[in-house]
Amino acid sequence: MNAFRDAGHLFRLAGVFAAGVLLFLIIRSFLVPKSFGEYGHYRGNALAEVAARPISFAGHETCETCHADVLDKKKDGKHAHVNCEACHGPLAKHADDPGSVTPAKLDTAVLCVRCHEGNAAKPKTFPQVVSAEHSNGLPCDTCHQPHSPAIAAEAPK
Amino acid sequence: MNLTRRHLLLLLPAAGAAWKYVLAGTPEVAPNYKLTDHWWSMLIDLTKCIGCGNCVRACQAENDVPDGYFRTWVERYHVTDYDIENPQVDSPDGGKKGFPPAKDPSGKNFFVPKLCNHCADSPCTQVCPVGATFIGPDGVVLVDKTYCLGCRYCVQACPYGCRFINPKTETAEKCTLCYHRITKGLTTACCESCPTGARQLADLKNPKDPIHEFLKTHSVQVLKPYMATHAKIYYNGLDGSVR
Repeated sequence: MNAFRDAGHLFRLAGVFAAGVLLFLIIRSFLVPKSFGEYGHYRGNALAEVAARPISFAGHETCETCHADVLDKKKDGKHAHVNCEACHGPLAKHADDPGSVTPAKLDTAVLCVRCHEGNAAKPKTFPQVVSAEHSNGLPCDTCHQPHSPAIAAEAPK
Repeated sequence: MNLTRRHLLLLLPAAGAAWKYVLAGTPEVAPNYKLTDHWWSMLIDLTKCIGCGNCVRACQAENDVPDGYFRTWVERYHVTDYDIENPQVDSPDGGKKGFPPAKDPSGKNFFVPKLCNHCADSPCTQVCPVGATFIGPDGVVLVDKTYCLGCRYCVQACPYGCRFINPKTETAEKCTLCYHRITKGLTTACCESCPTGARQLADLKNPKDPIHEFLKTHSVQVLKPYMATHAKIYYNGLDGSVR
């Protein structure tokens, strides 16, 4: 054991080092969030936190549970596949509390041209009009029913 | 004396590990949502996009995106037939209020909606120094805003320009693929409000998802495939001039 005769200071140093490592590990266990590393190099609970945000768009299935009549009107028309909130806007609040939150009436003069105003970049098959020439300033719902916009063949005079 | 110290040194790390286990607790999991059962992506059919800006407005309403910043936006391309390498692109206010008439209706004009590509091998998550951004087991790239330092590395790393720093929180922000909706079985706000069905949320791990049939029967492309990001937003009818 002659080799270790004068090595006391090294053992003490090793002890101090070990204590330091230990302290680091203890502090680390407090500082690193508990779910860190659950799925990868990130906080696992962050997924649930992002998912906890409330929704604004109720989704058309929710609308249809009450407004079956509108669904009926839409189903054979050109707008059959246009979801309710594409025009009516986000209405999850209305779905949660239909009594006190009532959606505003839409202005078809503004709404319809969002999609149907002519633009060279729109697909050629998409129905487009130049609103200034097409309707002379009249709101679209004077002639078209928004839920089923095609105008039925005119009755013979 | 020496012996007890040695024992103590051996015992303390074990005690520390045990303590950590006690502190860990149970992580929150959304009910009926199994992370490993999904691999989210989106299909964008450019032949249906009319540039109405519904998606941009819906995203802003759903996710409280500050004015002038975009988690999704719509670009309009104008490509002349003699210079396909240099398309003219405009996106007034991200396309939020629609588009004015095209300046030059000749040549090729079309819309390209853009959003985070939720890359399977994303550069943005690789550069984060603190593990604040990541791709979840369900294939959605997210930001942990309580962990984000706002260092902007990820903003620069994204080849698609899909990230920004929220001026209020000073943290990185991006499309979450409406994670709060898709985990509840709803579609994203942009898909819900798209009037022509140009955007469709798709779950590649769901064998019944219509995307499988679509991918089999159409020529789809992702943006910047040469970046090898393994982007998961599939574009149908994507023109070669799109950057």
